[in-house]
Amino acid sequence: MLKTESRLTYRPRPENASFKAKVEELSGENLNLCFQCGACSSGCPLTEEMDLLPSKVIRFVQLGEMEVLDSKTIWVCSTCFNCEVRCPRGIDIANVMEALRQLMLRKKYDHFSLDSLDAEELRELPQIAIISNLRKLTA
Amino acid sequence: MRLPYYPGCTLKTTARNFDQSTTASAKALGIELIELPRWNCCGTVHALAKDDVMHYLAPIRNLIRVEEMSEQGQVDEKKVVTACAMCYNTLKRANTVVNEDQEKMQKLRDNMEKEQPYGGTAEVVHLLEVLRDWGWDKVADRVEKPLEKLRVAPYYGCLLLRPRGSGIDDVDNPQILERLMDALGADVVDIPFKTKCCGAYHTVQMKEVVAELSHRILDQAVKAGADMVVTACPLCEYNLGPRQEEVRKVFRGFGSIPVVYFTQLMALAFGLEEATGFELNNPDPRPILREKGVP
Repeated sequence: MLKTESRLTYRPRPENASFKAKVEELSGENLNLCFQCGACSSGCPLTEEMDLLPSKVIRFVQLGEMEVLDSKTIWVCSTCFNCEVRCPRGIDIANVMEALRQLMLRKKYDHFSLDSLDAEELRELPQIAIISNLRKLTA
Repeated sequence: MRLPYYPGCTLKTTARNFDQSTTASAKALGIELIELPRWNCCGTVHALAKDDVMHYLAPIRNLIRVEEMSEQGQVDEKKVVTACAMCYNTLKRANTVVNEDQEKMQKLRDNMEKEQPYGGTAEVVHLLEVLRDWGWDKVADRVEKPLEKLRVAPYYGCLLLRPRGSGIDDVDNPQILERLMDALGADVVDIPFKTKCCGAYHTVQMKEVVAELSHRILDQAVKAGADMVVTACPLCEYNLGPRQEEVRKVFRGFGSIPVVYFTQLMALAFGLEEATGFELNNPDPRPILREKGVP
């Protein structure tokens, strides 16, 4: 049985603080500003494909919870900046998503490979699609 | 007026109709767009990570070309004109960042020792902004064949408007495409999702999701009685146009609606039919244009 005090107190570990600091540094955003209003999530066109809502991703980072890096959401975000214009606290959530993707990509993780496309698909796709896709989803 | 022009990669391949209609219709207004010599891909997306300077090399190298053109007297202003929404956003944001951060600017100069140092004096504009400054009345004066009875739904997508401070118009209710369509004599159809994302680069690995997003936008246009959707981005055009095949796989009842570039409608209204390039659009807009008697 837990003691009452420890049940009510959230105790971040040192690695939680350093993870949050890393994301803030890479994104340039102050995540303490977020008060979880959910405006980003309500305006996001891709939430149906996500496992965590954008506002929850921000909450995970505020708490320094690194498992957010395993979330589908960071790869589903299309960087459309709808959240950025909605946020009443002026946080550019797209920058935070990018920072989280970068933390994975910089470990040589590729979320996608062009090898999975057949030759015809590759021929048909405009290069604007291929280049932006590779820029966002590959190391 | 002679202005430097950055077409970008896709305008030289799948979106050649966007390129040729851009230069032809601008010329008809007295704006000569001179393509940058030795331009390179801008990278399509802005580098969002704060420590990423490497990805500014490509866009800024193009802006060095703009300064060179100006020094050699090839252009009247250092305003580089873009037509593609993604090129516009990438060049503009990179320019803003390096001008605000001298440390990054210096790093770039150090890494491009064979180029002349970027002076930070180039300005990145979108063709729609140039037209707005030129004056809608002057655009209307040039119209030879008004697009009467043609019902067009403007679709902006993301990067012409967002993020804050980088867009060409109001983020919630942009009107710049509407004003252009008014000037060309077309009927404007408003759709609520005109600034919602089409799924962008997910078209490569999640085309079913793009079909879903595109369907929401296209369905609104069809239900509002639009004859076609007009856009300013080759990626939006691909996702809303050729990707309708994927849309029909998911939404069996969906028919089709052509998607064209705003410059193609300008060329059409200016009587420059050879520059419209409608044969590259899919679905083909020509049957509906003939049916409507336009022009």
